[in-house]
Amino acid sequence: MSTETLTIGKALNLGLRRAMEDDAKVVLMGEDIGRLGGVFRITDGLQKDFGEDRVVDTPLAEAGILGTAVGLAMRGYRPVCEIQFDGFVFPAYNQIVTQVAKIHARSRGRLAMPVVIRIPFGGGIGAVEHHSESPEAYFAHTPGLKVVAVSNPVDAYWGIQQAIAHPDPIVFLEPKRRYWDKAEVDTAAPPDPLFASRVVRGGDDVTVLAYGPMVKTALQAAEAAAEEGRSLEVVDLRAISPLDLDPVFDSVRRTGRCVVVHEAPVTLGLGAEIATRVTEQCFHSLEAPVLRVGGYDTPYPPSKLEEEYLPDLDRVLDAVDRALQF
Amino acid sequence: MCEWCHTRAPRDVHTARLEPATPAAAADGEEEHVSVSSATEVVDPVPGAGAPHLPRQPDLVQLLTPEGERVEHPQYAIDLDAEELRDLYRDLVLVRRWDVEATALQRQGELGIWASLLGQEAAQVGAGRALQPGDMAFPTYREHGVAWTRGVDPLHVMSLFRGVDNGGWDPVATAFNLYTVVIGAQTLHATGYAMGVQRDGAETAVLAFLGDGATSQGEVNEAMIWAASFSAPVVFFCQNNQYAISVPLERQSRVPLYQRAAGFGFPGVRVDGNDVLAVLAVTRAALAAAREGQGPTFVEAFTYRMGAHTTSDDPTRYRLASELEEWKLRDPIARVKAYLSRSGVADADFFAAVEAEADELAARIRRGTTEMPDPPGTAMFDQVYAEQTPHLAAQQAEFEAYQASFEGGAES
Repeated sequence: MSTETLTIGKALNLGLRRAMEDDAKVVLMGEDIGRLGGVFRITDGLQKDFGEDRVVDTPLAEAGILGTAVGLAMRGYRPVCEIQFDGFVFPAYNQIVTQVAKIHARSRGRLAMPVVIRIPFGGGIGAVEHHSESPEAYFAHTPGLKVVAVSNPVDAYWGIQQAIAHPDPIVFLEPKRRYWDKAEVDTAAPPDPLFASRVVRGGDDVTVLAYGPMVKTALQAAEAAAEEGRSLEVVDLRAISPLDLDPVFDSVRRTGRCVVVHEAPVTLGLGAEIATRVTEQCFHSLEAPVLRVGGYDTPYPPSKLEEEYLPDLDRVLDAVDRALQF
Repeated sequence: MCEWCHTRAPRDVHTARLEPATPAAAADGEEEHVSVSSATEVVDPVPGAGAPHLPRQPDLVQLLTPEGERVEHPQYAIDLDAEELRDLYRDLVLVRRWDVEATALQRQGELGIWASLLGQEAAQVGAGRALQPGDMAFPTYREHGVAWTRGVDPLHVMSLFRGVDNGGWDPVATAFNLYTVVIGAQTLHATGYAMGVQRDGAETAVLAFLGDGATSQGEVNEAMIWAASFSAPVVFFCQNNQYAISVPLERQSRVPLYQRAAGFGFPGVRVDGNDVLAVLAVTRAALAAAREGQGPTFVEAFTYRMGAHTTSDDPTRYRLASELEEWKLRDPIARVKAYLSRSGVADADFFAAVEAEADELAARIRRGTTEMPDPPGTAMFDQVYAEQTPHLAAQQAEFEAYQASFEGGAES
């Protein structure tokens, strides 16, 4: 067993490095990822060690990044595309939705599309507009794509390697405000498959679901609730598409209450889909409607307002209270 | 720049002229603007259209005139033996026959839609025959002539337009990608593929097809920036057929399309797209340059869509019949036939044999299309992912149970 203390950012960097060592067909592409090492330094040092053909500083055009990634994948490469910030993925949206997502199906499996699209997502860093968004529902709504969101250094290290080795295209969401969170990472073996949800804290009163940056918030809420004698079970969904909800159904059948937390606006967000499925599967166990805690249905606000916009410990506990009072 | 390359100042309404104007007069801005019809003529006269006897344009590569006269070009030479010439003619005729049959099948309800290549046979056969077996082509949705040259079974194209699948051919085995319907998206795929070729150290060239309308797309411009920046072995082959559905070229570009290449930093060539010899020569040279590491080329094949955009389109709403009549004088097949006859390369027996082969092909296409079975309903659940997800498997099971509930439905 070999253990290192790593931030999420460093874990991603080491995971990318290991994936590139394992498979010479892995090519990283993105804006400023080479010489600079990326604006968050996730690819720091990789161009120096793997060369400009494998860590490509691209022209500044996101559709170009994804469109050429499609061609590279057709030629047998495994492109890993970095989108610099969540709000800049939309120029590439056409390629992702009309091409990347469909090529395997429309070629009846003849063409594989093992493309990983890394996107630092979510708010909380005091940024200007287009730098704090949570676009996951757009991609989860698209058949042919898979979507994952990591919440911790272990999943960052292993998840990026699993995603790169996976045959389907994956939108890989990185919680940018948690890039500097640290944890012990066992670099010998992955603890979980990529698309499995995980119970990260056991509890009996309310099931709280989260992914990406909100897992930490949910755990903080559970800690605070425990001091008040309430026992929250926290599930890190990890995969957003496909969802792995069997552990969630088991949990809700015990607790009878479910709160879903995400930063994205609540309307037609992941919480809507999850609430529906939990209701379909656990209808007779539910003591309260499934409640959602998320961003408001507004454009992401200027940063002086983001603390009000983003779900935090208190808003999660407020929803927990409402679920328990039902 | 010669007169017909000029781009006039923008104006909102394109009107037909009362008097036929010569290209020179038009370039001088002397034409009268009188609204006589809601339909329009192209403002820039087609090079030489209606007057094929006029001097050739200096920057249009042509090796075979509309009258079937073989001419030389200082930069682009081609030397084909008799059999190669006859083969090109055969390609052109068979492809047109397929296209005509497909249009008829659509009219009879056997296809959902058909995107006709009528008039663009030379551009497509010339470009397709310029490819070497190891090269890779990225078509739009109209490249049936290129599909033919890659050995794609026409029925695998018909199945797409019948709604059976999204193209039944193997894009890897044929080195001919599946059709791309989102305008211009494939030019980036071609460029990325070419970047892969570079990384493989392979002597392979990539041919990206696009139309005049696609040149307005951001993605096409990104593809050309990428190709130039990485010196990727890709050739952009633009069939300028004068219209993006109804919108004429001048709404897409204020400069001749081939001149755009200069702005990206690679060569652009305008070739007579109705001259199969010139298209073959120019595309071969561009692909060879790409293979040799000289980077991309933009080829503008100047041609004309003689039919509708698709069988759902009505071109009488946006262009005059006289324009089509002018282009018929520049037909891509007639000139080859004239040349083959006059030069003694082919005789009446050969032409009759090709016609007979075309009839056989049409019959095979008709039979294969009408007999094509519908896919099973569960086919839509296949291959969404490399391995079906549990969620999708459950949805498919639900679908199958629902469908099964109709069998023997009298009792329910």
